[in-house]
Amino acid sequence: MIWRLLRRDLALFFPFAGGGAALPVVFFVAVAMLYPFAVGPDANTLSRTGGGVVWIAALLAAILPLDRLVARDIELGHFDQLRLRGVSEEAMMAVRMAAHWLSFGPPLILAAFPAAALLQLDGPTLHLVLLGLLAGTPGLAAIGLMIAALTASLRAGAALSGLLLIPLALPILIFGAGALARQDAASIGFVAAISLGLFAIAPFAAGAAIRAVR
Amino acid sequence: MARDLACMRGDRLLFRRLTLTLGAGEACHITGANGAGKTTLIRTLAGLSLPYAGEAQCTGAVGLLDERAGLDPEQPLGRALDFWFGVDRAVEPEEIMRRLRLTDLAEVPVRYLSTGQRKRAGLARLLGQAANAWLLDEPLSGLDTASQGLVEELVSEHVARGGTALIASHQALRIEGLRMLALEDFVPPRESLEQPA
Repeated sequence: MIWRLLRRDLALFFPFAGGGAALPVVFFVAVAMLYPFAVGPDANTLSRTGGGVVWIAALLAAILPLDRLVARDIELGHFDQLRLRGVSEEAMMAVRMAAHWLSFGPPLILAAFPAAALLQLDGPTLHLVLLGLLAGTPGLAAIGLMIAALTASLRAGAALSGLLLIPLALPILIFGAGALARQDAASIGFVAAISLGLFAIAPFAAGAAIRAVR
Repeated sequence: MARDLACMRGDRLLFRRLTLTLGAGEACHITGANGAGKTTLIRTLAGLSLPYAGEAQCTGAVGLLDERAGLDPEQPLGRALDFWFGVDRAVEPEEIMRRLRLTDLAEVPVRYLSTGQRKRAGLARLLGQAANAWLLDEPLSGLDTASQGLVEELVSEHVARGGTALIASHQALRIEGLRMLALEDFVPPRESLEQPA
């Protein structure tokens, strides 16, 4: 049952499967592409600031899929039908979170390679960016899911979710981008810890939120 | 199924002291004006909303059909239904599709279907679920005469197999042994309504 749900959710969200789901990745690469045009091609400046830009692009890209993450399936009655079949809201949200992360985390990590080339990041920096994204994107997915579930019943939910995600994602950004400035992999550990905590509570928070909307 | 049930919507009491028990092989038709609380009653019985007072429960699996088919608009009908057939481990999905005249529509994305076709798709999902208790919210709306006859036939068969069905509808239903329940009988007296009509 859980496997079936995951497969359906993945089909909905996976990039290039339809419905503009590839947008976060395209957006992410577009930011990396535009940045050198804006600050100039000086390799020194680019490689010094590029890592931070990758992080900002990743954080903003995480906002894009939020409007279709939960609200759509509430409208369709999908969650109601699953509830009647004995699936708990927490399980639905856990599956949804996994699908959401799989559809934007790994693609962003892959897209970090061309982004790093565009921003002229050196080897050690790229290494830290990749590790940081691997540790940080699950946390972004968890925050995104909670916000999407909480704002699902609001008319301006999509616009609001962007505003809400930014402050909540700040710790991940601080530690993730901080690791780059100090070339220190220990900060990645903090990012991973934050992500882990968020990943653990998000299904319960989001499940309670969609139960309340019903 | 329901005992001494009262439901609120917003801060308005819709009905109270509603007691209804449906045994195996019984069907009941709920009537009531728009806004009387038919949908609220059905959602409460399904366990999707909490009652204000009293108890509501269904024994066994519950099948719900309302205005939302629960099918992905972007997917072709066949694939969208296959998801639910898979979840419910439906027997003979092809037979269900044929019965509801959906076989030719299997390739059409759900968002291009008409209201009636979507309703038939919802019925297909319901049949695949093989639930014991059916909660049908306006099952006839949007359907042509032939399909309306089919719904009556399906409910009759379901009841004959020992299932129960609770149907909220504005239209008359030709189903043998159908009980009637008018929500108007359970509306609280005027003075307890807080807002003017």
